[in-house]
Amino acid sequence: MKVIPDLFKKITDSEIWKSVFRHGYTDTPRNRALQIISNVWLHLHPAKVREHGTKIRFTWCMGGITFFVFLFETITGILLMFYYVPDVNRAYADIVDLMYVVPFGRFLRNSHRWGAHAMVITVSIHMFRVFLTGSYKPPRQFNWVVGVILLVLTFLLSFTGYLLPWDQLGYWAITVGTNMARATPFLGHEGPFSYILGMRPDNDIRFALLGGTAIEAPALLRAYVWHCIGIPMVAAALMMVHFWRVRKDGGISGPL
Amino acid sequence: MEVRQEKRGLVEFKDDKVFTWPTLVAKEFLAAIFVTVGLLFYSYYVDAPLRELSDPGQAENPAKAPWYFLGLQEALVYFDPWFAGVVLPGIIILGLILIPYLDNNPKGNGYYTFKERKFAVTTFVFGYVFWYVLIYIGTALRGPFWAFFWPWEKWTHDFPTPLPMHDLPLSLGIILMGVFYFAGLTLPALVKRDFFMKLGVIRYSLTMGLLLTMIGTVIKMVFRLAFNVKYIIATPWINI
Repeated sequence: MKVIPDLFKKITDSEIWKSVFRHGYTDTPRNRALQIISNVWLHLHPAKVREHGTKIRFTWCMGGITFFVFLFETITGILLMFYYVPDVNRAYADIVDLMYVVPFGRFLRNSHRWGAHAMVITVSIHMFRVFLTGSYKPPRQFNWVVGVILLVLTFLLSFTGYLLPWDQLGYWAITVGTNMARATPFLGHEGPFSYILGMRPDNDIRFALLGGTAIEAPALLRAYVWHCIGIPMVAAALMMVHFWRVRKDGGISGPL
Repeated sequence: MEVRQEKRGLVEFKDDKVFTWPTLVAKEFLAAIFVTVGLLFYSYYVDAPLRELSDPGQAENPAKAPWYFLGLQEALVYFDPWFAGVVLPGIIILGLILIPYLDNNPKGNGYYTFKERKFAVTTFVFGYVFWYVLIYIGTALRGPFWAFFWPWEKWTHDFPTPLPMHDLPLSLGIILMGVFYFAGLTLPALVKRDFFMKLGVIRYSLTMGLLLTMIGTVIKMVFRLAFNVKYIIATPWINI
């Protein structure tokens, strides 16, 4: 019986198949290279990498995992947005619904929450690894700077998400966090030298963050918009720069 | 492959490249699967916290920031909010950003080594560990009213009243602070001459300034814990 191999050949030789898959899968060096180069997602990688850079004992895989968790958070986050409205009269009830009513809602919310914690941890381990391997040294200085900004953005992403359930935990955590802004030198109304700029509770930097003098509806909306749109867009843009620069600065770092 | 390097002439460049497919991609794929499975398992068994509906009139006690900021909240015990909550994190971020421009040691680029960059690794690891120690204290050892409790103690509202604290006299405070930074900046330059020469005056000053601020933060904590000193420098405008 040659029916199946024939059929297989017929399919893979067809115009439709070839319009999608540009090359074969036979194990040749050319196909291995094409597998990366001709794939829009995989061509983030070079076709060949230095072998030590593929070792988990060198990279700990933490940068890649951080990026992956970011994607994981994007997907679970989008799904959560179907069920959650950032309105002070609804937000908490929506979360309770997610926990008790929505099919798999509890699972969805849990995985988004734990993913956020995981991302904070993996990104800081990634920074630790990059420091220990001296990978910020020339020519990669600037990419370290981009990385530090991404670290801060990761904190801010997680922080803005903290308020959204509108429960006691988030409310008071954000209270503690944003009360710091009150004390900003020059720009917070309780900070040193704030009288110079005439800062009051209703015009200082905390007011700008919260959209009010207390954590109320505008603060919830701001946290939501920053969390779901503002910071992810900035972070995604900087990630592009970060990965691009890894390539442009000579690929993964290694002994010269 | 040969690569031209300045001064050292031609050196052998070991070409150890392998195909990304499948060497690297396979590992990334496995990592993605493990992370997903791990996260989903954890999410299945452990529920994300959800307390009662927020109530501005009913303050949580203790009210804690998210865990990754608890190091800073813990620093609030020892410093005023403008420092612990704004300037200190600002200095940390600025210091992190400056690292590649301050560390001009060409060795240890792209591999693990302690021997070739003892100062850099020691300083960074100290700061990193210190950050997490503060987070641990803030998360696990601080109870109601931010009072300290050992892990084996029960959180109660019935803890001994903290001892009264006092400020250092202003003149003494300014002298101490001045001597600390002046000695910290000059002594290493005199004792470790080659360290100073290698960095140059700008890199050296920034490096030591940041390092002294990190050490100074620890010293202030010790002053508070051991001698009940509230402020080293107390003025009507600013307290440190």
